[in-house]
Amino acid sequence: MNILQELRQKPWMADQAVLDNAHDGTAYVLAKPKLGLRVLLISITVVLSLFVIAYSDRMFVSDWHPLPEPWMLWLNTAVLIFSSVAMQRGVNAARERQIAAVKTNMLAAGGFAFAFLFGQSMVWQQLIALGFFAAANPANAFFYLLTAVHGVHLLGGLVAWVRVVKRFKQAPDTVRLRESMELCATYWHYLLIVWLVFFILLLFT
Amino acid sequence: MADVGADIGYVPPAEVEEMELYHAHSFITKYVFSQDAKVIAIQYSLTAIAIGLVGLVLSWMMRLQLGFPESFDFIDPADYYQFITMHGMIMVVYLLTALFLGGFGNYLIPLMVGARDMVFPYVNMVSYWVFLIAVLVLLASFFVPGGPTGAGWTLYPPQAILSGTPGSGGGIVLMLISLSLFIVGFTMGGLNYVTTVLQARTRGLTLMRMPLSIWGIFTATVLALLAFPALLVGSIMMTLDSLLGTSFFMPAIVEQGELLKHDGGSPILFQHLFWFFGHPEVYIVALPAFGIVSDLLSVHARRHIFGYRMMVWAIVIIGALSFIVWAHHMYVSGMNPYFGFFFATTTLIIAIPTALKVYNWTLTLWKANIQLTVPMLFALAFIVTFVNGGITGLFLGNVVVDIPLSDTMFVVAHFHMVMGVAPLLVIFGAIYHWYPLMTGRMWHKGMGLFHFWVTFIGAYTIFLPIHYLGFLGVPRRYFEMGETTFIPESAQTLNAFITVVVLFVGFAQLVFFYNMIRSMTKGEKSERNPWKAASLEWQTPEVPPGHGNFGPDLPLVYRWAYDYGVPGVKDDFVPQNVHPDQVVKA
Repeated sequence: MNILQELRQKPWMADQAVLDNAHDGTAYVLAKPKLGLRVLLISITVVLSLFVIAYSDRMFVSDWHPLPEPWMLWLNTAVLIFSSVAMQRGVNAARERQIAAVKTNMLAAGGFAFAFLFGQSMVWQQLIALGFFAAANPANAFFYLLTAVHGVHLLGGLVAWVRVVKRFKQAPDTVRLRESMELCATYWHYLLIVWLVFFILLLFT
Repeated sequence: MADVGADIGYVPPAEVEEMELYHAHSFITKYVFSQDAKVIAIQYSLTAIAIGLVGLVLSWMMRLQLGFPESFDFIDPADYYQFITMHGMIMVVYLLTALFLGGFGNYLIPLMVGARDMVFPYVNMVSYWVFLIAVLVLLASFFVPGGPTGAGWTLYPPQAILSGTPGSGGGIVLMLISLSLFIVGFTMGGLNYVTTVLQARTRGLTLMRMPLSIWGIFTATVLALLAFPALLVGSIMMTLDSLLGTSFFMPAIVEQGELLKHDGGSPILFQHLFWFFGHPEVYIVALPAFGIVSDLLSVHARRHIFGYRMMVWAIVIIGALSFIVWAHHMYVSGMNPYFGFFFATTTLIIAIPTALKVYNWTLTLWKANIQLTVPMLFALAFIVTFVNGGITGLFLGNVVVDIPLSDTMFVVAHFHMVMGVAPLLVIFGAIYHWYPLMTGRMWHKGMGLFHFWVTFIGAYTIFLPIHYLGFLGVPRRYFEMGETTFIPESAQTLNAFITVVVLFVGFAQLVFFYNMIRSMTKGEKSERNPWKAASLEWQTPEVPPGHGNFGPDLPLVYRWAYDYGVPGVKDDFVPQNVHPDQVVKA
């Protein structure tokens, strides 16, 4: 859809009516759930961007004391990448109708995602044990905030993942299942990119 | 206007894609946990109106104090600030936003775009229930120790969470949680509105054939999806400041002689986040009102909307500009003069597309066959009121005028006219207009006229004097003025008068509710299309529209929604879905 072109139309004119009568009523050649997900991701991106802006605003104040990045964050990052890769392999397998590979990769994607969340909670425990409380320094507060926000979004993704797994059990080879998996994969990759942005931000500031 | 009777290149339609419709089988799934957008619309509307009535009662309490200070033992300063805060937030977010988008959005979008329902009905249902929980959490704050927050509807830190502010414990936390829930719920609904408008229109309904109501609701939804995140971010961070003692917004501060643990936070950052949401919020409420009033005017004036394309462009441009004016709410917080100049300029620029809409509404009425129905009266009253409120907005958009007026009653009068009275007039007009579609019955016209005149004249009797009080220098947010040398005693007399009118106009709204309830059973049975409207919602095979809206076949659209006053055509209008060969000649 070219919005500028659309906005120039004159719906009251007879020649425009010829074209309009044949219009199928959709703005994009895109399945509705895919458009819905994209709209949701735009809204989430605004939320996350505003957190990053707030972070950038606050880090220049003199009392900002960056906390140490536990090595486990690197491990968690690798686990999240594995999760995303597994999800994509699952989608590819569904497109090729390889049911066994779909199952393996879907379970692996979910398993890695749970492992990532568990790993993040371990990082929190380590930092709290070392005395890096949220209220002690703004850098600490932002670390907990960003990781929590990302984690909550991933948890939401896991709810959708559970529904997809259930759907797989009911009917492992359907177009609807494949479409659901594609939506899951888009969300997974999106959250991976978000985490990489957050991680880079935390590493370098 | 097209010659509707002529051959306009009819293309035999391909089959319209059918959506998978959820069919309810029990009372619970049909009327309680319903996935039908029309039922969800009514649920949203009733909940929003119920909480709005709480907001109305709170305004009476404020007015009692302002009109008759030191007369009521049950209103102390803390109560007064709590009333202000809750009244403001309830009216702006939980009434107006929820009613325009959740109520009218759900009811009108599927019907006006020729869809059977929203594209994600389950998510739509969850949206309402999350909204209801948000409302209940907000109400719960009245019952926690310390009561609801009294921080003002802008919830500015640091005072919002300092112990001297009413409701700084549980009250503010519940408010922030409630707002967060509201935003989550709205986002679910918003996904539906946007996707339905973009991808689920019926065949022939191009974007530029959509009624302006849908353009207004659609653009407002896009705005909300982009603006509410700022409020969500601010709410989450302030909740953490309040509960965990973090310092996102809290600077180093001494409270009752004690240095608090907070340090280095930026209250100004919260203000930016709040107003990045807060200003688009004005248009989240105004744009649906603009759209709906355009349709009401066109239908009841029997004339096509003047400058349809410009009206659409104006809606889109106003929506875009609303994101670059937010700091005009922060002139008194202090800012670089160049920023002040920038925000004043963008604020004034937004007046251009807005004025264009006003001109087009007025020109729609030019030589029109105006029917002074109750919805039309409300629509006309909106134009006048919006111009009034808009012009005082131009005063306040200028830094040098805003600073002396900013903390006076002038601001209260301005935003109540432009954001309170004007949208409410549209809401009333819209309810009167679409009530026959929703119930199959007509209102009692006499009671409707009484309601209109009392509301219209009453609103001006209340708010014009408040402008004057503002010019006198009467401050806003004050529990009582006491003895203030530069304010004459007559100001207090005026305040008492305003309070009496507020109570009268408030109670007069009972006529509206009585009429609404009475007409459901005793109202005259409505024709299928009593206003002779051309848009699709009135072309359903049954009234009220049944499940799935359009019977076995979805409608096919052959024209825009504004073919009124068409010469040589029976009934002077042509519905959107009438085939050119089937137009009945006079």
